[in-house]
Amino acid sequence: MDKFVKFTGISAPMPLINIDTDMLIPKQFLKTIKRTGLGKSLFFEMRYDTNGGLIKDFILNKDHYSSASIIVAGDNFGCGSSREHAPWALKDFGIKCVISTSFADIFFNNCFKNGILPIILSDDKRQVLMEDANTIENSQLTIDLDNQKIIRKEGDSIDFQVDEFKKYCLLNGLDDIGLTLKNSQKIAEFEKKYAEQFSWA
Amino acid sequence: MIKRTLYDKIWDNHLIHSDNETSLLYIDRHLVHEVTSPQAFEGLRDAGRKVYAPHKTIAVPDHNVATTSDRQTNFGSEEGKIQLETLDRNAKEFGLIYYPVGDIRQGIVHIIGPEQGWTLPGMTIVCGDSHTATHGAFGALAHGIGTSEVEHVLATQTLIQQKSKNMKVEVTGTLGRGVTAKDITLSIIGKTGTAGGTGHVIEYCGNAITELSMEGRMTVCNMAIEGGARAGIIAPDQKTIEYVKGRPHSPKGEDWEKALKLWKTLYTDTDAFFDKELFLKAEDIAPVVTWGTSPEDVLSITERVPDPDNFQGSKISAAKRSIEYMGLNPGERLQDISIDAVFIGSCTNGRIEDLREVEKIVRGKRVKDGVRAMVVPGSGLVKKQAEEEGISATLIEAGFDWRMPGCSMCLAMNPDQLMPGERCAATSNRNFEGRQGRGGRTHLMSPAMAAAAAITGYLTDVRDL
Repeated sequence: MDKFVKFTGISAPMPLINIDTDMLIPKQFLKTIKRTGLGKSLFFEMRYDTNGGLIKDFILNKDHYSSASIIVAGDNFGCGSSREHAPWALKDFGIKCVISTSFADIFFNNCFKNGILPIILSDDKRQVLMEDANTIENSQLTIDLDNQKIIRKEGDSIDFQVDEFKKYCLLNGLDDIGLTLKNSQKIAEFEKKYAEQFSWA
Repeated sequence: MIKRTLYDKIWDNHLIHSDNETSLLYIDRHLVHEVTSPQAFEGLRDAGRKVYAPHKTIAVPDHNVATTSDRQTNFGSEEGKIQLETLDRNAKEFGLIYYPVGDIRQGIVHIIGPEQGWTLPGMTIVCGDSHTATHGAFGALAHGIGTSEVEHVLATQTLIQQKSKNMKVEVTGTLGRGVTAKDITLSIIGKTGTAGGTGHVIEYCGNAITELSMEGRMTVCNMAIEGGARAGIIAPDQKTIEYVKGRPHSPKGEDWEKALKLWKTLYTDTDAFFDKELFLKAEDIAPVVTWGTSPEDVLSITERVPDPDNFQGSKISAAKRSIEYMGLNPGERLQDISIDAVFIGSCTNGRIEDLREVEKIVRGKRVKDGVRAMVVPGSGLVKKQAEEEGISATLIEAGFDWRMPGCSMCLAMNPDQLMPGERCAATSNRNFEGRQGRGGRTHLMSPAMAAAAAITGYLTDVRDL
């Protein structure tokens, strides 16, 4: 996984609540056996009409926002299925950070495994950033994970919280499996003890 | 002594080690299907890793499989075919337990787990599918994971986790006529909203829950994820034990006695702490349907399509969007909404009991002209049993299309899809925009309610039939 480095990018406003994983990437694109190439299908049904033409009103189809790397979203972003195709599509499109008041659990975890930072903010702070995103001149934000700050166009910043372990993995681009395998001794010891009581399992 | 919830106890039993907020949890069963696993196996191969515990890893194709009788040669799409072939190759190469298409035990992963006795009380069970919550009905800690986590479990038989909070949902009293497990679980989501359970594991309790059959309990837990919860769980009892006993992979002999002893400890201690609680009276639950594009958009069948302006905040615009997408008008009676299609099946309601409910409603009646009604049993064994009980004969006679097992039109990855604008009475779990096909309109409900809709051609109060 690539390291998550401080970056500056355009934020796109998506105030709709409950943006679900079927909206993020509909089922016909889950037939792939690859992780890549899903960016063009991100938000497929919102982005393209039935003839495959771009729907001009959709935010990521607008000139300024088509290069967005941050989404400021309505509550409960990423609800629904466990499909990791959702963060794969976001990443492939170029989205590196999603800001909302809440995320669905599985989606939230999936983001971290793919170098995407989901940030949870209070409603009022999210609202400030939603207004920034809505105004072309203010829509540029800097995401500084190391210092846990979202820096606005004019230079003032909003702090955010992030789990220490997840932050460490993102900043260092670490693969979880490698980390867990360092604990193989502990796993083996656990299994031995476990097998005594749970032989039936 | 610290009072612990059922979730706390299962967690503690599987905790390998804990480092501040992050814990490493041992996984008892890993269920694998064709859609969320190919990239995980590819990752293993690239890193030269093996599957850590192939005998605890159960693979079955379900999402993509066609439900027509020629499905072993007709895949519906080239990409679907590749995905199914990839699972086949991975299952064989890594030596997994495997139920391919053509094996009578093949079916929806969450139906065959319990059916084959892989799902047992007190276990940790994961699968790259959010409806893994289903297995919580057995007092197991079961939840969906993403593909990176699938790879992690394949490689290590563990999962890096943060402990969730505890939430209790207690339903007491007597269910009214025509009210089922599906109505309970939808009504709970109607109260909590789709994010009400986020960060929590829900324990369902109360006599209205314990009086449900195992099938009903699975329906309730299945939709925990639709309320945002990581998992849903119900304490195991005698009914659970009876269900599990004698299944192909449930413990036998001495192991059975040992398991029983452990299972008896699986309950929430009196006065254990819950971070959140919700109490429902069974008498207040009606047969319900969803009107919108979120599972929280739940109303009693006797009500009317809501006016978006009666909602608060950002739900106003969401409701407007939903009503427009669904092609409805505020104030319209739900029972005046006509339907084009009926889908009976899925991991929520594709079990034998669900099909029996449908048969009861349908017996001696006909599917309304112009309505296409599809029944997709949850597994080959459910299908066989329904055929032996004469259920399929009644349904076919009534005009239902009786199909082969799989996920089918619940997520419409295979050719079973709605056309744009088509309206469906569905027993599945999600009514999202485009879920059952682009432009398709889904109303979620119980099998009995879907059967009633098939007969009248309208959303119908099953109590009136």
